[in-house]
Amino acid sequence: MALRIEVGLKKNLIDPRGNSLIKKAKQFFNININEVRTSDVYTIDAKIEPEDIKDFINKTLCDPLINYVKINPPFDHYFDYYCEIGFLPGVTDNVGKTAKSALETFLGRNLGRDENVYTSTLYAFKGNITKEDIELIVSELLYNPLIQQHFIYKKNDIPKIYIPKVIIKQQIRVETFDLKNFSEEALLKLSKDRLLALNLEEMKTIRDFFQDKNFLKEREKFGLREITDVELEALAQTWSEHCKHKIFNATIEYEDENGNKEVIKSLFKTYIKASTEKIRGERNDDFLVSLFVDNAGVISFNDKYNVVFKVETHNSPSALDPYGGALTGIVGVNRDVLGTGLGAKLIFNTDVFCFADPFYKEALPPKILHPRRIFEGVVTGVEHGGNKSGIPTINGSIIFDNRYLGKPLVYCGTGGIMPKFIAGKPSHTKEVKDGYLIVMCGGKIGKDGIHGATFSSEELHEGSPATAVQIGDPITQKKMADFLYVARDRNLYTSITDNGAGGLSSSVGEMAQLSKGCEIELEKAPLKYQGLQPWEILLSESQERMTLAVPPESIEEFIKLSKQYDVESTVIGKFTSTGYFHVKYSGKTVAYIPLDFLHNGLPEMKLKAKFKPLKEEKLEIKIENLNETLKKLLGSLNICSKESVVRRYDHEVQAMTIIKPFVGLFNDGPSDAAVIKPLHDSFEGLVISHGICPKYSDFDTYHMAACALDEAIRNAVCCGGNIDKMACLDNFCWCDPIKSEKNPDGEYKLAQLVRANKALYDYTIAFGVPCISGKDSMKNDYIMGNIKISIPPTLLFSLISVIPDIRKTITMDFKNQGDIIYIAGITKDELGGSELVKLLNLNHGIIPKVDATMNKKVYKAFYKAIQRGLINSAHDCSDGGFAVAISEMAFSGGLGCTIYLEKLPTISNLSPIELLFSESAGRIIFTINKDFEGDIEEIFDGLPISKIGYVNDNNSLIITYKNQKLIEENIFILKECWQKTLRDL
Amino acid sequence: MANCLVLTGFGINCEQECLWALELAGAKKAEIVHISQILEGEKKLSDYHFIVFPGGFLDGDDLGSAKVQVNRFNYAKIKSNKEKLIDSLKDFIEKGNLALGICNGFQFMVKAGIIPNIEKLPDFKQTATLTFNDSGRFEDRWVYLKVNENSPCIFTDGLDYLYLPIRHGEGKFYCESDTLEQIKKNNLYVIQYSTSDYKPTMEYPYNPNGSLFSIAGICDSSGRLFGLMPHPEAFIYLYHHPRWTREKIEEAEGLKIFKNALKYFK
Repeated sequence: MALRIEVGLKKNLIDPRGNSLIKKAKQFFNININEVRTSDVYTIDAKIEPEDIKDFINKTLCDPLINYVKINPPFDHYFDYYCEIGFLPGVTDNVGKTAKSALETFLGRNLGRDENVYTSTLYAFKGNITKEDIELIVSELLYNPLIQQHFIYKKNDIPKIYIPKVIIKQQIRVETFDLKNFSEEALLKLSKDRLLALNLEEMKTIRDFFQDKNFLKEREKFGLREITDVELEALAQTWSEHCKHKIFNATIEYEDENGNKEVIKSLFKTYIKASTEKIRGERNDDFLVSLFVDNAGVISFNDKYNVVFKVETHNSPSALDPYGGALTGIVGVNRDVLGTGLGAKLIFNTDVFCFADPFYKEALPPKILHPRRIFEGVVTGVEHGGNKSGIPTINGSIIFDNRYLGKPLVYCGTGGIMPKFIAGKPSHTKEVKDGYLIVMCGGKIGKDGIHGATFSSEELHEGSPATAVQIGDPITQKKMADFLYVARDRNLYTSITDNGAGGLSSSVGEMAQLSKGCEIELEKAPLKYQGLQPWEILLSESQERMTLAVPPESIEEFIKLSKQYDVESTVIGKFTSTGYFHVKYSGKTVAYIPLDFLHNGLPEMKLKAKFKPLKEEKLEIKIENLNETLKKLLGSLNICSKESVVRRYDHEVQAMTIIKPFVGLFNDGPSDAAVIKPLHDSFEGLVISHGICPKYSDFDTYHMAACALDEAIRNAVCCGGNIDKMACLDNFCWCDPIKSEKNPDGEYKLAQLVRANKALYDYTIAFGVPCISGKDSMKNDYIMGNIKISIPPTLLFSLISVIPDIRKTITMDFKNQGDIIYIAGITKDELGGSELVKLLNLNHGIIPKVDATMNKKVYKAFYKAIQRGLINSAHDCSDGGFAVAISEMAFSGGLGCTIYLEKLPTISNLSPIELLFSESAGRIIFTINKDFEGDIEEIFDGLPISKIGYVNDNNSLIITYKNQKLIEENIFILKECWQKTLRDL
Repeated sequence: MANCLVLTGFGINCEQECLWALELAGAKKAEIVHISQILEGEKKLSDYHFIVFPGGFLDGDDLGSAKVQVNRFNYAKIKSNKEKLIDSLKDFIEKGNLALGICNGFQFMVKAGIIPNIEKLPDFKQTATLTFNDSGRFEDRWVYLKVNENSPCIFTDGLDYLYLPIRHGEGKFYCESDTLEQIKKNNLYVIQYSTSDYKPTMEYPYNPNGSLFSIAGICDSSGRLFGLMPHPEAFIYLYHHPRWTREKIEEAEGLKIFKNALKYFK
């Protein structure tokens, strides 16, 4: 009989979890609940008597100072309703896993295969409420049917003992398909039914390949003929959009707005790779170390170390389960860096989210979680992922647009550092030889995450699989990382990669290219529970796993060390040089595919793109009360303080963070970038920033991309970044750019993609800032019945800059009374897409165009001025324009200022509104001590800078225009407007 | 000369900077040791004089912060001599050595019943706890700390104030009222959350978690065993201070805690 153990807070203590629910029920549904108490339920399904584990229950499961504990209790009659929420069978239950392992320590023995510990949460409600109220609160605020089970009880009910054990009755079998008899319809049906996400041409390519006589003869040696489900799934996964980036590699016939046509063979090769190669060719240093060939890009940090940087997206899973999706996103990108070269030590995380309005009031389309829940879940997921892994989250932002309602965007980034050489070999290279062992390290395999790669290659629809959701376990991964750093330095393996999308199929399949073959023995892979089909073991995306190549002579030491670190490592086969991807299950071959076909057999996609720009028209805007407008802008979602989110991330663990996310007199001003000092014995540092401007995508994605890159560079420059030592990552999140019945404007969306890539090419070259790695996510649409919601095309540039001395870096807050305020860069009539235009509910306008040649000169001069110690503070002008940026500098420094707006450099006659709110690129506001005026004029000689005002010690922001006061407001009132919007979220 | 041990493993994540702090404070012998190395018998606590329990997320804080580590110390046995980890720690403490618990390490020391204690030696019975912040959230923010000058704590000897970051979700100090009386009477409270002019406070966010009597750190009656929620190892360079770009920072205040510990052995 299982034990149900309820651990709650003693009655005299406040219950933050319960109180937060009372607040939310009132806030969102206007339901008044008098009291909510919560407790943790542990269900121990094992042959154990409560007396035998009394101390475990009373001291380990429970904190005697604050908790009460009950064993197999009836409900307390005090409350009116109860709701217990537990996980569905097979969903990762981290707390249950930890409780089980602690119980094993207590008992001094391992639990049996059928024994386990499960956890759930019990909510007890008191108040004048109905069962319907409870149903509403539970379904809207607490429970996610994709991963959880819930039970609602009345006070006199008897609680069930809920045991979500996985029981799979299915026989283990390998299905085969005689494809030669499959019609086109049958091929498409097979692709759809099995969630292969392969199109007709791809299915036909597979069908034809499996008719080849020589190949069939070869297969017969291993008792195979028709294609097996293992092979079909492995091909679908390897050929998925997620893994092969088919759209970025397609041949595109592009037609511009004037009817000019051109053929582009692979966007990736033509624009991204080509621009980086051009920049690399023009440099004569070793700054760029490893590009596009590994899980992440690698650049040189100094003589002894390299730095690794990667950003991933995890959008589709986060739409279904925001917490699990985001958590898995962050621990997943951690593994990319851990699996680059021989593995880098993880030193920072970044995160950028795109959400719909958290205060969204319209009715929600089916199966969509409220943006507030997405917000809360994603933030908590990244919080747990980063904090529990001991990696500081140092940079990020949140963008709001209601077109992210159907799919939120969750960008997770990670940086790492590694010595240039490990055991005499360059650390950024991998080696796999015939006979080396395939070792799987970390977690066990379950059904979680099956079809993740193919699922994210589709829009979100009715049949989106729940098994695609995974919940990461940061502690299992932390233990694995601790172990791997030691194993790496002892030279115990020669290659490492992560198990992400596509699982073993992908990780072993990719690594096998180095030795030209592999032989996997699937039955050896450790499983979470029995009953998985061979194809499921191969494809599962269960988390916290790395795949390594270990030379046979090192395996004993590797396994021993692994055990000592409490990490599971298993030999699951060997690398060969047969040229085949060979998979066996209990001695029988279940897949036998030439590696070349697996990786290169995919037919190239041919697509059409046609561009039509949105007309840009000059806007005439009149505003009565500029003070009020500025206050509203400061409080608008895209501008307001995100401190309530950012404080939830540990941003200084590892003691490297030198410029933190919040700076200034009260540690609450918004930093433009982060600065870290990765080495204990050196002042050399890294500046990390990003740029993202989906607001311009509707006009022209060319300028959207240019603005995003300029913003990323400018943000870094403001803190002391060096444009000569910068590298960036491109992360494209697009709406489906393939024309079809359900997607009639696919050609335009593809043209938007082409335009963004053209800008990436032009501007990375013009700035000399190359992309070193990137990722794309191409199906960010929601289709349910007649409702379709597509995200605006969104491109994130994440940037890293190497600097010689962190002591020279600066922050954005005003420092001293009497300092002179300057602006660098030209303000133009560029209100299109601006926050002001959004606030006023207007359309059109002219969007910012980036002058890279000019901006580069300004950024170089700026770096020089910072190196000479001339700049006291600097802030980039972006969302909300000059008025917002100057307000932020003032209230962050706790000092007022007087500004003479007419002094801003311009090239045409601008109205005060344009000067205040235009979002022209390339502008930096900065302050200096008046003694340095001459030095500044000298450094910026010939560049558009202008002295525009002074820092005061009164608390007023005063902006005048030709002797007329336009704005006068107390800086702390401005700050309050900026802080209050998201403070309570 | 003091031999210093910085514990790591199973979710501890501030071990590297604790080692750096010890080195900057002048430690000649200091190393990071994985719990498994102790359990395997490769390393022995008896070879050390100062143990640091760094911050982190031991076992994910899954059963409550540091609970599984306490369970591990109480029940896991060292392979070489079948001794329980906790007995090895008892010997270490009885010899008059030093222990410093930071954040998750402080939670461990409190929940293992090492601090607070008014007797000469701890009885390893838990009398206080650290629980969820009143805000219900993890937070990273810098806090002003008033040092209790009457405390026997050797780590804060000669200090009046500290400015350090907290980074926790379970930092609210709590105990029964009679225990609190004993803590006050014996001056076992070492540091208190304060306003910026160093007056102890219950006001959020100066007191970031709602700790009883604003307690941010406590010690045992000998002053050798000290635990605190704020992170002294996070302020070991001048450039860790959140306002180093605008204020003259005289000294990395977190280092003082480590310097005092090493001074004890001189």
